[in-house]
Amino acid sequence: MCLAVPGKVLSIDDSNAGLKMAKVDFAGVVKEVSVQWLPEVEVGNYVLIHVGMALNILDEEDALETLKLLKEMGEFDAELGKDGW
Amino acid sequence: MKYVDEFRDRELVKNLSEGIHKITTREWCIMEICGGQTHSIMRYSLEEFLPEEIRLVHGPGCPVCVTPLEIIDKAVRIAQRDDVIFTSYGDMLRVPGSEKDLLSVKAGGGDIRIIYSPLDAVKIAEDNPEKKVVFFAIGFETTAPANAMAVKEADRRGLKNFSILSSHVLVPPAMEAILSVEESRIQGFLAAGHVCTVMGYEEYLPIAEKYRIPIVVTGFEPVDILKGIHQVVLQLEEGRHEVENAYGRVVSLEGNIHAKKVLREVYEVSDMKWRGIGNIPLSGFSLSGRYDEFNAENIFDVGDIQQQESPLCIAGEVLQGLKKPGDFPAFGKECKPEHPLGAPMVSSEGACSAYYRFKKSETGSETESTI
Amino acid sequence: MDFTLNCPIPISEYPYITMAHGSGGRLSHQLIDKLFRPIFSDEQLDAGHDGAILPTVSGRMAFTTDSFVVKPVFFPGGNIGDLAVNGTVNDLACCGAKPEYLSVGMILEEGLAMEDLWKIVLTMKQAADLAGVRIVTGDTKVVDHGSGDQIFINTSGVGCVREGVNIDPSACKPGDVVILSGFIGDHGVAIMSAREGLEFQTSIESDSAALNGLVDAILDASLNVSVLRDPTRGGVATTLNEISKSAHAGIVLDETSIPVRPEVMGACEVLGLDPMYIANEGKILVIVPDDDSEKVLRAMQNHPHGKDSVIIGQLTEEHPSVVRMTTSIGSSRIIDMLTGEQLPRIC
Repeated sequence: MCLAVPGKVLSIDDSNAGLKMAKVDFAGVVKEVSVQWLPEVEVGNYVLIHVGMALNILDEEDALETLKLLKEMGEFDAELGKDGW
Repeated sequence: MKYVDEFRDRELVKNLSEGIHKITTREWCIMEICGGQTHSIMRYSLEEFLPEEIRLVHGPGCPVCVTPLEIIDKAVRIAQRDDVIFTSYGDMLRVPGSEKDLLSVKAGGGDIRIIYSPLDAVKIAEDNPEKKVVFFAIGFETTAPANAMAVKEADRRGLKNFSILSSHVLVPPAMEAILSVEESRIQGFLAAGHVCTVMGYEEYLPIAEKYRIPIVVTGFEPVDILKGIHQVVLQLEEGRHEVENAYGRVVSLEGNIHAKKVLREVYEVSDMKWRGIGNIPLSGFSLSGRYDEFNAENIFDVGDIQQQESPLCIAGEVLQGLKKPGDFPAFGKECKPEHPLGAPMVSSEGACSAYYRFKKSETGSETESTI
Repeated sequence: MDFTLNCPIPISEYPYITMAHGSGGRLSHQLIDKLFRPIFSDEQLDAGHDGAILPTVSGRMAFTTDSFVVKPVFFPGGNIGDLAVNGTVNDLACCGAKPEYLSVGMILEEGLAMEDLWKIVLTMKQAADLAGVRIVTGDTKVVDHGSGDQIFINTSGVGCVREGVNIDPSACKPGDVVILSGFIGDHGVAIMSAREGLEFQTSIESDSAALNGLVDAILDASLNVSVLRDPTRGGVATTLNEISKSAHAGIVLDETSIPVRPEVMGACEVLGLDPMYIANEGKILVIVPDDDSEKVLRAMQNHPHGKDSVIIGQLTEEHPSVVRMTTSIGSSRIIDMLTGEQLPRIC
């Protein structure tokens, strides 16, 4: 249902307290979006954008860890335990 | 694109596919709730990577498909007015109402504008003080808070010419409705990742427990979806029924508390009619009394609309996973994307349209084939 | 282009097009004499006839027409003027013809800025010179404010078909190779970036270009080309569907071979669009027998408008009239025609 895409925060404008805005880069396309729901957001973060609102900061460590485990899944052909990944 | 392309990786897809094959010992029926996931499954033909025993059923998670007919008819009625600029997400323009869709209203001279963000609609209202600007606020929990922000922002700017035609639906009650149908064969769920980015996944814990069904929150890229399927199958094979998060990079247990606060402030939970499915108790949001002046249904006279759904359409059963689009004799004949009988043939993520576009010529023939 | 020149019609006098500019009276003549004729500068126009009088040609002639409506009229990388010239030049080139003469019909909306019209006409002249075609006849009408959308342009064109060339989609055969001349979706994304309500910042510019030079290079390399098509509206997906239907053959594409700029992909991800269906104005699809494909590809890559050319697929006996794509993850998907225009989506 909901198309949401990760982009990188280039700059933050908090001049409007009710609607904090940011410029976000999607592979070379820059859009102005609101980061009102992400008080802790910083320039350089990847944020997930849906209809012009940032929904969350992307946890880059989690993403890389997932990719690593999935890659190893092939390499080691390991038995997957209950918690697996 | 960073953090997108990596999750479309051929090698990871292969690893997951082999993993799923290895653990599958019998038939399982899994529903992906979200239409965005249906779209990806079709777009990447993900069923090719699954063992025959795994059957995917496409769920009702497409706002375009389940927005009730009467709301579409109200939208059409409002958009036809000379004093209105009607703003909408592109998705809604081709959805058939009883008589016509919004695209035909536009063709007839209605001022209908496609917007990317609800905040754009607020700006249009500000720039056009002589017009009444109405925003078609549809969507699930992902979109609802963004739509709510438009109302809050219009309020803050003191705009008197802005209102929303609101039709918001909620995922967990729909899952329960599907599970409580006696013929339901759904044994596991992929929960909608972006809904959970906003809402978290606490509310799925009692559902998994009550219906003894595994629920795995996952994303939209091929690797995410296969990872979700892998975790559901693993649970099924091991006889577990837990809620797991396979989309940890953006989903947390509690979701986004700031977005949820906006939801509570602007909406109240209400009963909701789902197109094709019917009334589901407490399955929607409607504008709270505090924001009554922004409710387009109060501003415009849209009370007495007679609706007429096509008698041939089986969209309801498709959306509940009881039938596949190809089970329907009119599929690909009377009902095509060019002249849809029901909403699932319209949206690119609607189950029927996705089937039509990506699967229609399995048999090699051009348009008359069935699945 | 040198915009330091002044618009020849005094802005102080007529800053906007009025109904009188289409009346056939004094202001119509002023528009023709001071703006169109000096800029297009062709002896045929100077003669002031009702039409152009041209020498007959031997051999086969190609004749085409196309109308241009674009919103916004000015966009990154061009405007409606060069689009209108290049569009018709490319249609002729895709018939295997050398474009020779164009007509220009303009429908102007009352209120169009004279300066904008002037810029558009200058761009048309520049595009015509680059393509080596002559604008030899034209017409202008003005409609009431609200009855048009600033400016609509129709161009028609004629050209001579090159000896030995036979463009005919029904002649292509299974095994033939599909070559694409470069990155897809640039034009459509450039237009969207400037469109009200969707604005975004990007360095992407329209790829609008005259392709007759590239077509010459292709036909120099091989006369066995059976299809030349510019994938404009509806994009590469729509054009290939049309070809596969005329050829009664299947087409299989390799997704990973299709060049898409990261920015175009970014815009598509954000708006929920598929670059395969997005318009191009300076790309060409070529179908050629396998034996000639390498030399055609090399000839294309040596031309400035074809330097990013690649082989993207092949015609097949299986699945006649259906276009399939091997996806980036190795599965197979159908690439269908769209019902209507792609709309930005949230779901």
